[in-house]
Order: sequence, then structure tokens, then C-alpha cells
Amino acid sequence: MEVRDANAAMLSNYEVYQLLTDLKEKRKEMVKNKHSTGQQNLNTIMYETLKYLSKTPCAHQNPDTVKKFLTSMLPHKLTKAEKLQLLNHRPQTAVEIQLMVEESEERLTEEQIDELIQKVTDVLPGDPQKEADASADPEMETDQ
Amino acid sequence: MFVLVEMVDTVRIPPWSFHRQLNDAIAEELNKKLANKVVYNVGLCICLYDITKLEDSYIFPGDGASHTKVHFRYVVFHPFLDEILVGKIKGCSAEGVHVSLGFFDDIIIPPESLQQPTKFDEAEQVWMWEYETDEGAHDLYMDQGEEIRFRVVDEVFIDTSPSGPSAKKEGPSAAATAPPAGAEDSAQQKEAPYTLIGSVSEPGLGLLSWWNS
Repeated sequence: MEVRDANAAMLSNYEVYQLLTDLKEKRKEMVKNKHSTGQQNLNTIMYETLKYLSKTPCAHQNPDTVKKFLTSMLPHKLTKAEKLQLLNHRPQTAVEIQLMVEESEERLTEEQIDELIQKVTDVLPGDPQKEADASADPEMETDQ
Repeated sequence: MFVLVEMVDTVRIPPWSFHRQLNDAIAEELNKKLANKVVYNVGLCICLYDITKLEDSYIFPGDGASHTKVHFRYVVFHPFLDEILVGKIKGCSAEGVHVSLGFFDDIIIPPESLQQPTKFDEAEQVWMWEYETDEGAHDLYMDQGEEIRFRVVDEVFIDTSPSGPSAKKEGPSAAATAPPAGAEDSAQQKEAPYTLIGSVSEPGLGLLSWWNS
């Protein structure tokens, strides 16, 4: 076996989540005798990875929101790695943004950081359950 | 967190699988070979992304199976340096805090990379951050099962291929998630083929509950 390119492309959590969900559907259809012993590793890794990813913001994303998000990030001049982290984590606080964006104090003013948080919250869908709980509880609403 | 890796390999399809579509048979063989396994200096392989090129299939004398050279792309877990990840604390030991992502278990945060000052509580076997505010010192425990945000600062790949008949018998270490099955060598510890070293020494890192207002 030969590795031609160990870093051909970066994948967002959403793309991997989509791939694994499609693969799971396909395998369910081929139920017959595909539950052979050799596929146990694939089953394990698929199950664990889906379990992990379903608890991250990527489970609520779709191709349109991802495209919209990347377009809205254009004016901020972020690197690919930074945009990927914002997409995967959906940060809600300035502290998180500072972790993911290198040298954020020099590159972004406080207003720009707030703008980023606002864009991330608006464009990327969050967990509908959590947001329903948050809006139902008036004490948790933060003043902008 | 995940990258696409281009690889080339020769896949052997046994004669009893000849009735299947070649693409499906090859996809199954590749997944059987690579899924949930660590490739040295590449990462933990998750699943096949696509097949980019299939060369001609050959049958060699003495073996009824067909051999096909396949160019394909595989989804591999390989976080880049300084990436932020969120995992669950598996436990604490004197070596540091062990974190797990569910599908990947070998993440360690050494004591020097924990928020300072941190102390190890021997009685409860847990690391705790002694957080000082104006009101006094709070002891923030890093309990098992808590979600923790950390930064990847280093990765270690160990070649665990069998070393030959002269050395002690070592099974090739394969799956990173499945627990070591059956016989355990009490004298030798199974080394993880791929380990991530993390750090939580920055504001915003550590247990999620510490930073959620």
C-alpha cells in the first residue's frame, strides 16, 4: 500500500457526518449477509464517529448553510483552518473566537469579534432543542 | 479534524465474490483492511471516500483471485497542529488527564499543560485547578465524563508492526478503539500507535462548564 498524498484535502465535520450517514443507509439496505465478521471494524468506527458528530453543531448543518457561512466569512480574511474550526465548533463567545483565530487581538477589533459571533449564530443552525429551552427561560436571554 | 488521504493499493478479490460489482467488492475489501486502523504517520482511518481509478485486474498463476490496483481516497482522522477539539475526560492519572473522543481514545494532557496552578488529588485520583479570585480559591475538579475543550499541541506515531521472531511475540496493534481482546501480556503494555498530546493552559480551554456563563 502506498500513500500518495497524506493531506489531499481537509474535510469539515459536516461532510464526514453526511458520508457516514449515507453509508449507514446503504449498508442497512444490503442487510442480507453483509454482517460478515470482516466488517466489525467498520461498524465500530462508524457508530462511534456518528455518535460523536451527532453531538456537535455539524449535525444541524446542510450544504446551503455551509455555503452561506463561507461567503459571509469572505470579508474577514480568515485562513482555511480558522474558517473550518468556526464551522465545526460554532463558537458563541469571544474567548472561543480568540482560541480559534490566531493573533485575534491584532487582526480583529472587539466589534469585529462581536460581528463574527453574530454571523456564526445567525448563519449556522444551532441545536433546536437547546435554543427552545433558552428562549423559553426569560432569565437566560442576554441583552445585546 | 478529518482529512482526505490519497492512497494506492492492490486489492485481492476472491473468486466467490466475482458475481458482485467490482466497485462494491473493492470498497468492502478496502474498508475491511483500513477502517478503524492507524496508518503510520497518516492517522486513524475512518472509511472510504471514493475510488478515483481502477486499473486492469489480473489473475496470477496459482491463485484464482483477481488482483486490481486501486487509486482511492480515504477519510482519516488527523487533527492539525493547534486545532481545538472537544472530548470527554476518560480519567486522571499521575501522567495527566486522559481524554477520549469516543472513536479515538489516546489523547493525553500532561500536567505541565494544565491550567496553572493544578494539583493532583491522590485520594480521589483527580486533577484539580486551584482557581484564585478576589473572593478566595476555588478548587475546580476535572471529573470523569466531563466535556473538555483542548488544543492539539503534538502527535506521536509509534510503529507497532511485529518485530520478528527474535523479539518477544507482539501482536500487530490495530484498532485504536476496540479494547485489546483476549490475552494480555502482563509484562508488556500495548503501546498506542497514534497518540495526541493536548493542552488546556489557555483562557477558554478546559472543562466547558468553567467557561459557560
